[in-house]
Amino acid sequence: MIDFEINGRPVSVDADPDTPLLWAIRDEIGLTGTKFGCGIGMCGACTVHVGGRATRSCITTLSDVEGTNVTTIEGLDAEAKHPVQDAWRNLRVPQCGYCQSGQIMQAAALLQDIPNPSDEDIDAVMTGNLCRCMTYPRIRQAVRDAATAMTGDTNNG
Amino acid sequence: MGNKLISRMTNAAKPKDMTRRGFLVSMTAAGVAFGFPRASYAAMDPAAVDGVPIQATGDTFEPSMWYWIDANGQVNVNIIRAEMGQHVGTAIARILADELEVAWEDVHITHVDTDEKWGLMVTGGSWSIWQSWPVYRQAGAAGRTALIEAAAKMWDVAHDTCEARNGTVTDGTNTATYAELVAAGIGRSFTADELAALPLKPHSELRLVGKDVTALDIENKTNGKAIYGLDAKVDGMVYGVPMLPPTRLGSSVVSIDDSGAKDVKGYLQTLALDDPSGTVPGWVVVLGETLMAAKWASEAIAVEWSAGDTANVSEEDINARSRALIADPETGGILPTETPDTTAAFEGAADTLEAEYTTQTVLHFQLEPVNATAFQNEDGIWEIHTGNQWQSLILPTLSTALDAPADKIIMRSYMLGGGFGRRLNGDYTVPAALTSKALGGKPVKLVFFREDDAQFDSPRSPSVQKLRMAFDTDNQVVGMEHHAAAAWPTGVLVPSFMPKGVNGAPYDPFAIDGADHWYSVGAHQVRAISNELANKTFRPGWLRSVGPGWTNFAVESFMDEAAHKVGADPLAFRLEHLKAEGYNAGSAPNAVGGASRQAAVLQRVAEMSGYGSTDLPEDTAIGIATTFGQSRSMPTWTAGAVKLRVDRENGEIEVQKMWLAFDCGTVVDPDGALAQCEGAALWGLSMALYEGTKIENGNVADLNLGSYTPLRMIDTPEMEIDFVESTEVPVGLGEPGTTVVAPAIANAIYNAVGVRMRSLPIRPDDVLAALKA
Repeated sequence: MIDFEINGRPVSVDADPDTPLLWAIRDEIGLTGTKFGCGIGMCGACTVHVGGRATRSCITTLSDVEGTNVTTIEGLDAEAKHPVQDAWRNLRVPQCGYCQSGQIMQAAALLQDIPNPSDEDIDAVMTGNLCRCMTYPRIRQAVRDAATAMTGDTNNG
Repeated sequence: MGNKLISRMTNAAKPKDMTRRGFLVSMTAAGVAFGFPRASYAAMDPAAVDGVPIQATGDTFEPSMWYWIDANGQVNVNIIRAEMGQHVGTAIARILADELEVAWEDVHITHVDTDEKWGLMVTGGSWSIWQSWPVYRQAGAAGRTALIEAAAKMWDVAHDTCEARNGTVTDGTNTATYAELVAAGIGRSFTADELAALPLKPHSELRLVGKDVTALDIENKTNGKAIYGLDAKVDGMVYGVPMLPPTRLGSSVVSIDDSGAKDVKGYLQTLALDDPSGTVPGWVVVLGETLMAAKWASEAIAVEWSAGDTANVSEEDINARSRALIADPETGGILPTETPDTTAAFEGAADTLEAEYTTQTVLHFQLEPVNATAFQNEDGIWEIHTGNQWQSLILPTLSTALDAPADKIIMRSYMLGGGFGRRLNGDYTVPAALTSKALGGKPVKLVFFREDDAQFDSPRSPSVQKLRMAFDTDNQVVGMEHHAAAAWPTGVLVPSFMPKGVNGAPYDPFAIDGADHWYSVGAHQVRAISNELANKTFRPGWLRSVGPGWTNFAVESFMDEAAHKVGADPLAFRLEHLKAEGYNAGSAPNAVGGASRQAAVLQRVAEMSGYGSTDLPEDTAIGIATTFGQSRSMPTWTAGAVKLRVDRENGEIEVQKMWLAFDCGTVVDPDGALAQCEGAALWGLSMALYEGTKIENGNVADLNLGSYTPLRMIDTPEMEIDFVESTEVPVGLGEPGTTVVAPAIANAIYNAVGVRMRSLPIRPDDVLAALKA
């Protein structure tokens, strides 16, 4: 049994400790918003947050996350209204959508680390996430828009 | 017990026209009562959190099989196309909703299953909007007409005093909502002749077409709720992973030793598949209680195969074969151009130009690896849960593989984690079905890890093309030839789709379209040649933009080369030969205006980009190209310009900006159109500079992102995309943007540093070598 929290809820997963976190999340816990793309950590479709850090769940084992807090796309915001998600919808970023959970999780982590990212920051971080539909121009703009919305919120608060 | 009951239920009468709703309800009930495998819902309504389509309230009115309206005024539109990022349901439903005159908020979509009544189910060729436009307009007009007639009858007024708008009919005095009219009961039906005679709204009255509406599939693609094939769940399912034989065809299993896997917890068994359809010869599937159990077990299992005769084939072998075929004038199919006999033109030529272009193998690398979940349900029906682009093509194969009649097999529609043509070939469903069959119908989810997906891809074939042009003594073009050799996807998978050439030999239009261009060049021979060595080494695939993705690299590079040869400006040279005359005059309804519309988009992109300006920095230049999209029968007039800088030190190409102009007739979904063109153009860039693999030892050499390197954000340039305003027939936009980018890049490189790159992809080392040559 491996115990950790997922989206604020404690779970105990009875699976081989070497199981990639990705498959535990998808097949054992049943949250399928996190996707499988390459299995070697190079496409970013499986990105989740572990202890608030963007993490490739396909190359992270279940034993690695014992006692941590894991957040998936389903738990990023209770109403799916994180500013990054809003920006994604406003710009109609998704095409096939398969990579977008990972893109959104990566972008949310980026904006937590760098609230006012430069275009170079955005490119450098987001280039690790492959989008085969090539929605890159819209992802780039959506990250900028989300940054503006989030820093605006901060200033207002 | 399960099998007996299944076979008994197979024989039980089942209403053929059972609705999906009825089917789901009975399936759920049976599942609970008898413990049969029960599937979670497919993503048939991509706007619903659980994928379950809207169910009608009260009476419904179904003017055609394409939709119903219920007593609440809700409209459900049936979509036969696969959703793979085009927001296709939104685009098609709005065509219908516009004619029907309903509010967009009341419109829902259902991606249907594969009932025979839906006819040919295919999503490809950039055909969806073009083919749906007349059908769904007519269907919408039928509903509007019937509702107006019903209202007029109720009020005892002439129906031509009534009009419909926003789900309401009025004659100026009375009003009735569609909900009220449907609740009161409407039985009107239309004959085919009546349908064809219905008045359609003029463009000036279109209220949804050409306007921005929210795509119905987007919300669930931002919250993790969209349901893809890989997310399919069936009660009691086991997981399978394939072990691929050394060759795509002709391999057989000699022995399997799974003793090493016995200690893997959750390992179940290993099957050598028996495939009557011949789709996956020599395949082995490893089963586990969990996916990783199957995967880890497969790594500990030793399989000995007898390999097919392509085990040592390389890309060089395939290209050598292509060159030999091109050199033999008796091979291939010659397309019905205006004057296919070029003998006299070349014999009498004062000068000629000749060049060879090659393109490497390209992987689809759709981000969701192929997968399928298969089982036999309580009605004896084989259910295939997967994302697929051409259900009508794979169903007969599944029928052979399962030895079951076609009406005992059904495919459920899921979102596609990328299509790009990979899922036109549904071969990946066959091993899932065979595995379930071997287990007596037990549910099996077959998952391809990335490396398996890549090895089993139906890649874009490598190609060799030879182009020739003949000039008279005044340097005027009097003849052109285009000989193209590659694997033929349609030749292998759907030979019945192939037309016959003027020499009587069939040809694969998807391996030559684009070469039959709209330039007036005098005698023009276009010859498509099938490379049988390539055909048997791998399953050739249709890949985004298909033939035009590589034929136009040759055509449009060659047009620049020809212009330079005669000392003409490449833009002026093209415009001079894009004359809407004779064979290139164009025709109604799809190609009104012919070559003049292609000339117009080319001129527009030249203006947008400032092509020809002389004040660019050193080693920096703009290149142009123009195409007609996917085929002469459905031209999407397309032009592109690319500005780039070549680094002479390391050969790297920095693409700084891309401009594209399209004339696709009526733009149905403006934001969707823009998104498709952005993605298509960046695919073109990716295949021009960043991605490509090679056949080595009978398989593709690159299996994952460690060595296969599609475009990433950091190399994505700024883009400017323009659409010509038009009320002509809407044609496709999913692929045309891809076709112009590679030649525009090659032309820009030439303009920047004077070297001509004739092979794709163009890698820095190739540029360096050319600069040093």
